[in-house]
Formats: sequence, C-alpha cells, structure tokens
Amino acid sequence: MIRLEKRPQPSKFWAAVTPILAVIATMIAGGILFWMLGKAPLEAIRTIFWDPLFHETFGPYSRPQLLVKAGPLILIAIGLSLGFRAGIWNIGAEGQYIMGAICGAAVGLAFYPSDNVLIFPAMVLAGAMGGWAWAMIPGVLKVKFGTNEILVSLMLVYVAENILASVSQGLLKNPDGMGFPGSRNFRDFPAAHNTDLIEGTGMHWGVAAALIAVIFAYILLTRHMLGFQVRLTGEAPRAARFSGVSPTRLILFCLGASGALAGLAGLFEVSGPSGQISIDFNAGYGFTAIIVAFLGRLHPIGILLAGLLMALTYIGGELAQLMLGLPGAAIQMFQGMLMFFLLAMDVLSHYRVRWKTPAAAQEGAK
Amino acid sequence: MDLGQINPILLLASLMVAATPILLAAIGEAVVEKSGVLNLGVEGMMITGAVVGFAIGVNTGAPSIGFVAAAFAGAALSMLFGVLVLYLKSNQVATGLGLTLFGLGLSALIGKPFEGIKAPTMAKYEVPLLSDIPALGPILFRHDPMVYVSLIIVALTWYVLARTRAGLILRGVGENHDAAHALGYKVIRVRLMAIAFGGACAGLGGAYISLVRVPQWVEGMTAGAGWIALAIVVFASWRPWRVLLGAYLFGGISVLQLNLQAAGVAIPVEVLAMSPYLITILVLVVISLRGNHGAPGSLGREFHATH
Repeated sequence: MIRLEKRPQPSKFWAAVTPILAVIATMIAGGILFWMLGKAPLEAIRTIFWDPLFHETFGPYSRPQLLVKAGPLILIAIGLSLGFRAGIWNIGAEGQYIMGAICGAAVGLAFYPSDNVLIFPAMVLAGAMGGWAWAMIPGVLKVKFGTNEILVSLMLVYVAENILASVSQGLLKNPDGMGFPGSRNFRDFPAAHNTDLIEGTGMHWGVAAALIAVIFAYILLTRHMLGFQVRLTGEAPRAARFSGVSPTRLILFCLGASGALAGLAGLFEVSGPSGQISIDFNAGYGFTAIIVAFLGRLHPIGILLAGLLMALTYIGGELAQLMLGLPGAAIQMFQGMLMFFLLAMDVLSHYRVRWKTPAAAQEGAK
Repeated sequence: MDLGQINPILLLASLMVAATPILLAAIGEAVVEKSGVLNLGVEGMMITGAVVGFAIGVNTGAPSIGFVAAAFAGAALSMLFGVLVLYLKSNQVATGLGLTLFGLGLSALIGKPFEGIKAPTMAKYEVPLLSDIPALGPILFRHDPMVYVSLIIVALTWYVLARTRAGLILRGVGENHDAAHALGYKVIRVRLMAIAFGGACAGLGGAYISLVRVPQWVEGMTAGAGWIALAIVVFASWRPWRVLLGAYLFGGISVLQLNLQAAGVAIPVEVLAMSPYLITILVLVVISLRGNHGAPGSLGREFHATH
C-alpha cells in the first residue's frame, strides 16, 4: 500500500529534478501521441528538440528564432512567477501583452516618420505603462472590493482582443495601407524599430530586457524585503499577516509588475519580430508563459531555462509541421501535457512516498 | 439603425439557446465547488466536449450520440484533473489552468479534419399543447431537447443537494473536509464523483455550442464561455436556481448584443462584442461588494488524510 507522508519542507532535490523528469515523461507521451498520428516518434522528437539547434540546413535559421521566441516568454513568466509565489493569480497576461503592444505602438506611430532617438525609449515606457494599467484593473478591484483576480484578469483578455481588432482596423490602421487592416510596419520606421542588437542572433531589446528581468527578480527574491514578503506570503500566509505584510501592497506590486513586464514583451514583439499591430499578432505567449513559470519552478533561473526549452518546442513544432506534416495543434497539446506531468510529479517534492504493508500500516496507526 | 426589426419573442427564445451551454457548465461547476474543489479547467473541458460531440455527431449523424460522447469526454478529462488534485495533491488553480491549456490543444488537434463541416441538425421538440400558447409557446416550449435536459439537470441538482442524504454528504465534504473525514465519509471519493459530474456537464455545454448554437466546429470556439460559467457560480452564491438565473441573464445579454450588431446600432461592433465580458466583470464587482457569502468552507483547500 502506498502512502504519502507530507514533508516538513519541500525537498530541494526533487524540486530540481521533477522538471527534468516531466520533460522526459512528456517526450515519451508525446512520442506515443505522434506515433498515433502516424508519424515516426523518434524522428518527430528529434525534429522538435534537436534539429532546430544542430541541423546543418535549418540550424542557422532556427537558432536566432530561439531567442526571439524565448524573450517574451521569459519576460512574461518572470512577472507571473512573483504573483504565483504569493498566491496572486494573474492569468490575463495575454491581455496585458496586447495592451502594452497597442500603447507602445501608438506612441511610436504618433511620431511617424520622425527619427528622434527618444522615440523608442518612449515606446518602451508606454508599453510597460499599458500593460501595467491593464493589470491594475484586476489589482484595484481585488484590493478595493475583494473581486476574484483570476476571473477579472482573464475576462480582460477578451476585452483586449476586441480593442486590438478595433484599433488595427481603425485608429492605428496604416493610412497608406490601401485599406488593408494592420498598422504601419515598424521595419519601415527605423527610429521605432526593435532590431537585432547583434546582427543575425535574434538578440533584440526584448531579449536583453528578459535577461535583466531575470537578474532583477533573482535579487528581489533573495536580497530584498519585498521579495522576502512575496515568498513568505506564499509559504505561510498566516505568518505573513502577523508579521505585518500588507496584502494590498503585495497584490498591487505583483499584478503591476507582471502587467508591466507583459506589456513590455508585447511592445518588443510588435515593434520587432511581428513588425506591426494586426488582428492576430499575439501568439498566445501570455498563456504559454504560465507553463513556463511553473516549469521553471517560479524561480528566475529556472524560468530562463524553461523559457528557452518552451521556445525550442515552438520552433521545433514549426519545423515538424514543415518536415513531417505534424499538425500545429499537436505542439500546443504537447505543451499542455508538459504542465500536467510537472504538476503530477510535484507530489515528489512535497511528499515522501512510502510503501507500507497493511500490517505495518496497522502498526503505524497505533 | 432599425430596432424595430428585433422581435422580442425571437429574442427571448434565442436567449434560452444562448444560455444553455453556460448553464450546463455552471451547474456542473457549482456541484464541484460545493464539494470543495475549484476546477478552473471548465473552458478546457467545454472545448473538448465541443469537438468530441461534433466529431461523433457528424460521424454518426445523430447529435444525441454526440452529446453522450461529449459528456464522457468531459468527464474523462476531468478525471485527469481529479487524480492530479486529489491523489497527487497538486495545486488546484495551476492544475485547472493546465487542464484548460491542454484541452485547447487537444481540441484543436482532434478538430482539424472537421473544420468547415456543418453539424447534423437536432430536431426541435414542440411540447404538445403548451407550445401553442401565444407568445409563451414559442419562447419556452419549442426548443431542441437539450434545453429541457439542461433544465432537468438544474432541477435534479437542486433536489439532490438540498433534499437528499447524498447531497448533505457532498456539502459536508465541501464545508469541512476534516470533519467529514472524521465522520467516516470518503472525502476523495465524493469529490472525484463531483468532479466527474462537473466534467460531464461542461462537455455537454461545449457540445451544445458546436452542435446546436453555431453549429460548426471552429478552433477556440467556446471563447471564454467556461470562464463565464465560473463567474456565474460566484454570482449564484453556489445555489442551483441562482445559477439558472445568472446563466439566463447572461444569455440575454449576449443575444441582445448580437441583435444590436445585426440591427446596425451606432455602437462599434467591438464594443458590443466585448460587452458580455465587461458585464461579467461588473457583476463580479457587485457580488464581491456584498461579500462572498455561501462559498464552501473548504473550497480550494488541499485535503490530506493522515490516518
């Protein structure tokens, strides 16, 4: 008979090992899935995880894409992880990402075709503010009225999607676009374009921002009072209350920070890789970042690695679509499976698994 | 703009159709939450129900078989959640989110070959005599059978929860799982059954969207209906009849905004399209002003029996 025994402290060893086990389990389950879809499982797994990095023909094209895709995922996931640690569930990062992109792009487009060097910094600021303001809606509602932030932040994703549809066909539409929806392309607007910092690496400002966010989050969580309060609230809410942690401040900080980072990610995406505001420029990074945050154990370094891995599945997925005709949705499901395996294996870090014979169990009960 | 072309009788009749998916999902989730478990995967189970119901409905030509299959698919998916949360003690919020992300991927994968196909039509059932009543007849008694099934499920849920021993045990488990466990009730088993019921209802609700309301398969077609169902459970203070009220109010809003769009009112389409979500937020705020009365005591808390 298997019994679970709660550990007094989550095991550090298992917390580090379970993400790796989960990835392996997902590869096995994914292989079975691909086999059921009529593809060679080993070839599919290799195409997703190996070829984007090391294939002679595709590697040079795919490697830069790794950073392009990982940048927004890491940036958003770092913000989300702060809240998740403290039990504040912002799951509307997708909406904050969209609003950040809209606000930032609007500032840039307002100055078209100026070549002032301050345009891009102004856009970055506006992007962060846009995301921050959008996340403040659930934040303020939670603080003032106790409204559930999960549902409000999620509802606001759909509102943001409608705003995006509206501005890409109206307010921000390219006046020279011959009636096509979508804004001006930032590629034709050098002062506002988020280009590669080092040519051909995919290393744009968003990736730099993501790396800075990782470092800041690490320092915040390990060296700063606010970070300590975040951790305390997550691990022992009662103790946190007694020691005078202000829940209001924490909620506004966590939601605000995650919103601002998601907004930044949106701005960097729209002014760089995607290039323009269009109805479907958002690729669901806001939702995938939730998986990244958990896969990275809500730890900044872990998120960095998890973001790179998740970016790899995106690129590898595209490659597998191209090479093997694997449906794009299979990758989405693959990512969902990863989250499940991870949560399932979490039991190992919080509990000790004991095998007991019924007799021994009887003995224990006495 | 021509508001005159909005027919109030048709509007009210389509309200019931628009409300049914959310009603089904919300009544299921109400039972799950009554047992003390918060399943945020409603959206994922709904969309899986939508695609499975559609696929089976199209292949067999019988929507009713599609609905049965959708209920099983929703329940099967919810068992994944149940095992993770109840046996492996995973975080309920995170697992629910994972279920939604997984369901969205799974449904997109299954649904690819079914895009652009029309669903077999489900015959309307006209209640004898009653459907001939002027005004009331067309509004209430000329719907497809699933509308009535959803109402029966609500009534049964109310009856079981409020009037039977099984319902009492379920509520007890939800209010205080430690006390229920001490009394010898099987907390895990009760919750597992509640989760399965919730999954089946969400699956039915999803299938109603793809088989009756739209009726087509479109990727991501539930468009937040599962999340709105979660909001309605809060709005309803976890009471079955109020779930019915909430779902119909919400159905009314979404039908009204569609009618206003069709009538060409001078409000931008996007504003109308976002109105259901904004109103949901507004309702959540109003409800939280009143305080969350009626939330089950053990809602969302982890249960670990030491003996």
